[in-house]
Amino acid sequence: MGTILTRYGDGTPVEMSADDIRRDLEEGTADAADRGNIPALDKAELDHLLDIFSSPHRFVGVEPGREVVLTYDGSPIKMLRAQVNVDRLQCLQIYEKLLGADTLEMGHMDYSFKPIKPIVTYEQPLLEQVLSVTTAPVFYGAMPNLGLYSQPDGPFPNPSELIPRGEIEAALESYEAAVEDAVNDIVYVSSAMYESGADAIILDTVGAAGDADFLAGLKATEILREKYPGICIELGMAGEFVLGMHGEMEWEGARLAGMYPHEQVKLAEKAGVTVFGPVCNTNTSESTPWNMARAITFMKACCEAATIPVHVNMGMGVGGMTVNDHPPLDVASRASKAMVEICRLDGL
Amino acid sequence: MRAAGDLVARVQMARGMRIAEAKAYVAEKLSVSVSELTDPVIMTEVRQDLQIGQIMPLPGCAKGIEAKFRLSEVLELDINCVNRFKDRTAI
Repeated sequence: MGTILTRYGDGTPVEMSADDIRRDLEEGTADAADRGNIPALDKAELDHLLDIFSSPHRFVGVEPGREVVLTYDGSPIKMLRAQVNVDRLQCLQIYEKLLGADTLEMGHMDYSFKPIKPIVTYEQPLLEQVLSVTTAPVFYGAMPNLGLYSQPDGPFPNPSELIPRGEIEAALESYEAAVEDAVNDIVYVSSAMYESGADAIILDTVGAAGDADFLAGLKATEILREKYPGICIELGMAGEFVLGMHGEMEWEGARLAGMYPHEQVKLAEKAGVTVFGPVCNTNTSESTPWNMARAITFMKACCEAATIPVHVNMGMGVGGMTVNDHPPLDVASRASKAMVEICRLDGL
Repeated sequence: MRAAGDLVARVQMARGMRIAEAKAYVAEKLSVSVSELTDPVIMTEVRQDLQIGQIMPLPGCAKGIEAKFRLSEVLELDINCVNRFKDRTAI
């Protein structure tokens, strides 16, 4: 066999031998297994990954019968970013009718619960109109984004300034206060959008600001589940590892800092999440085989631990995909196929 | 919407079913096989017959929330905006 064309995590093309790919696959899965204290991929799974990378075709797909549901991340925002000048209603019609989307997600340009709260009464009527002209399920999504609650953007002292000054107690108190405000904002906005008819609420990029951010997502979910027993809540993570920015945050007796996807999903289930979206970040300096084997190792452990549907995050910089605004189809299709066929997941 | 992905998604969302169970549920309700759920030709016919929405609906076909009323009955699922529509219109 000659060389195989693949890419680095930043998307740069690279030609590798089959032996080099095999070595990177083994090192990628070993890295995840070591960090997460989970099983590495076995020989048959690594062989299957090598087969997928060895395919000479630009685009590959799953075997018939293995198709999964697709959800989307802030669809209207992508249209705006690409400078396609359509309103969000038309954007979602384009996703449904021209792109054949399984699900639709309406999100605001400023994709965080805090800035949406004062304008939610402008979001509700638009969602109500969207729901009248579309058939696919419509999610409303935003991020807890705890970063917006510290000064200068928010009311609380900035922990990133307090910690270097040695004001540890003040920093911890600031995170704790921010959690309470964030929970109120998430519940306020989500309640309004659910009562306007949304099929589901997405808490997206949860944990981006660390363990306090994850705690806000869990607490808000718990409140929403009790308030609306039939609500669908998708909770998507920001990374494979919950950063301990606070370090001592707990929920239901479990310390949040340091949790990996197979542990995160158990708390999500307990809080009342309907669909969990785990993440594994891409290392731009490593090859796609290394990144993909690493991501699949984390996601497989998560899917095996889960009793709820798991929709793995696959996009720019996550799930073994390259960090590039234009994900190459050779990587996107290989990563999707490998993820679905090895992890037995429920959606992407 | 080209096949049955939106329907399987609804079942996952409403019933919390994993993918295999959700596909089997939808296939049974539509009286098709699981393998037919991803066939856009077969599913377009099925969707048109059941009036549950399709990519290019013919004139007179159920579309938008009309199709979701049908979906709610065919899949035996509560759909939030359909219930809200009924409340608002005193149906």
